[in-house]
Amino acid sequence: MTVPSGPVTSSPSAAQPPPVTSSLGPAARWGPWRTGMAILRRDLFVTGREFPIFLAQVILQPLFLLFVFGKVLTELGYAQAGYQDVLFPGLVALAAVLTGLQSTALPLVIEFSYSNEIEDRLLAPLPVGAVAVEKVVFAAIRGFVAALVMFPIGVWILGSIPWQASTGVAVVTMMVLGSLLGAAMGLILGTFVPPNRINVTFALVLTPLIFTGCSQYPWPSLSHLRWFQVVSAFNPMTYVSEGLRGLMVPTVPHIATWACFVVGTAYLVVLMVVGMYGFNRRALS
Amino acid sequence: MSNVAPGASTASPSDHRPVGHGSLAVEVHELVKRYPKAPVDSLAGVSFQVERGEVFGFLGPNGAGKSTTIGILTTRIRSTGGRAVVAGVDVAADPVGARRVLGVVPQQNNLDRSLSVRQNLTYHASYHGVPRASRNQMADALLEQFGLADRPNGRPDDFSGGQIQRMMIARALMHAPSVLFLDEPSTGLDPAARLFLWEKIAELKAAGTTVVITTHDMDEAATLSDRVAIIDHGALLALDTPEQLVRGMQSQRTLDCTVEPGPTGDATSLGLVLGVALGALVGVRAVDQIDDASGVGLRFRIDVEGEAASFVAPVATVVADAGARLTDVRLGEPNLEDVFIHLTGRALR
Repeated sequence: MTVPSGPVTSSPSAAQPPPVTSSLGPAARWGPWRTGMAILRRDLFVTGREFPIFLAQVILQPLFLLFVFGKVLTELGYAQAGYQDVLFPGLVALAAVLTGLQSTALPLVIEFSYSNEIEDRLLAPLPVGAVAVEKVVFAAIRGFVAALVMFPIGVWILGSIPWQASTGVAVVTMMVLGSLLGAAMGLILGTFVPPNRINVTFALVLTPLIFTGCSQYPWPSLSHLRWFQVVSAFNPMTYVSEGLRGLMVPTVPHIATWACFVVGTAYLVVLMVVGMYGFNRRALS
Repeated sequence: MSNVAPGASTASPSDHRPVGHGSLAVEVHELVKRYPKAPVDSLAGVSFQVERGEVFGFLGPNGAGKSTTIGILTTRIRSTGGRAVVAGVDVAADPVGARRVLGVVPQQNNLDRSLSVRQNLTYHASYHGVPRASRNQMADALLEQFGLADRPNGRPDDFSGGQIQRMMIARALMHAPSVLFLDEPSTGLDPAARLFLWEKIAELKAAGTTVVITTHDMDEAATLSDRVAIIDHGALLALDTPEQLVRGMQSQRTLDCTVEPGPTGDATSLGLVLGVALGALVGVRAVDQIDDASGVGLRFRIDVEGEAASFVAPVATVVADAGARLTDVRLGEPNLEDVFIHLTGRALR
């Protein structure tokens, strides 16, 4: 068919809108995979445009924790000299998990209730579950970037950070796992919590999550405080903190690194299954 | 369906034809939906077919099952039973394939607030795999066509309801859907925005796009639709062209009267008294008291034989005798609303 160029008016001869028949071919050949990538590209574009705001948002809390616990308390003599090395891997874990969690939970609550923005993606040609996976992948990218940024900040505030080139790949892998764990927890929060409860839920979930995740102390050292050690063992973040600590400061007592990978991965599978169930429930009625 | 009006297309043995062929844009066969914990079916076995290139209207009050039907056809709601096929694709068996060939304009604004108007269009096209060069070209053409070309970089939040509606239609057209679904498109629009919308839908039809539209506005249904399905309580009551639906009632002439009770009168008893007294007039076939939400006085629709005007004086006398006042009389050719009242005993709004 001929495609009219220029403004389309309401006269019958010109009423043919150009798109209607001109592009069926490519649309039919396009796979769900590439649709998922297009949605990811949209999310990255929006975050990229507001990158400084994103950074400020994710860095501020770990930055202050690092400064007060790692620098101030140590210099004032309330914490031992080696405490910085114990704290730093834990704060990297905290940044990965929390940023991942917040990057799925809040947007999902808003998009499913107030803005309905997610509808356009649910109506795109890909399985509904793939939309959830894209959300998790995108949130994990944000979590990973937040964790990565902790390294230059650590060098800046503490002067030096524990780092061994030999465990670099494992450290990066554990950071990715932590980001995914956080994003999967956010998927559950964002799809199961009703929008009017999100504030109270965040308060009730985030604080215990932050303070039972072993980011400020090694898990084995909790043996004097048995009940708290048991509680901490249920927090997925504990295995990210301990995993990173074991890889970055092997001399500090820690949960075996292989166990951290195994338990963390198992947690990820369980959280994703539950989260996907919640997402499907919200997306389809 | 047992109670579909004459002329309605019911499901034929064509259910197993090869997909992707034939002249049907939508095929719905015995569609049932019951929501979890609901006592009754929201859709109780609805069947109909929409031809390619047709504008098909769903007319019914809120809660009739219109949006549930659209929800199933657009893959957002899973049916409990029956079969729904859009452009040859079974929506339950291949929801991803169905989403490629259908476009949706929802009731509520679901535009991407983080993107500009133009980006809303181009990103939607990218989700549907439209190549970059053609999506930019299409976005510009559609923005022009829908009167949005002057502020392509504005954010959706800064536009009026009518403009938002147009953006959502333009966005839905970006992947060249075979069937476009519009759910209550003119709800909340001012009259000018509504007319503009109607004009655009007429243009889409002229261009050969199949349009399925839901509405509780009988003018909209009558003006836009080639055929209208009247739906209530999850059942299809009638399905035909607006002209045919009305023609079925052509022998009837109507008087639409508004009556105000006297200073001492009670509306409920007045309604009963007038219902009986008006029905007793020679030549009156039926009297329906219409449940009218606008609520100024009582409204009656009187179906009469012969010339409607000759009934004005007798009706006025009956009303005066009952101690009330006749405040408005309209002599009517039957319209879609009469058809709806005839079928359900209720006014549409």
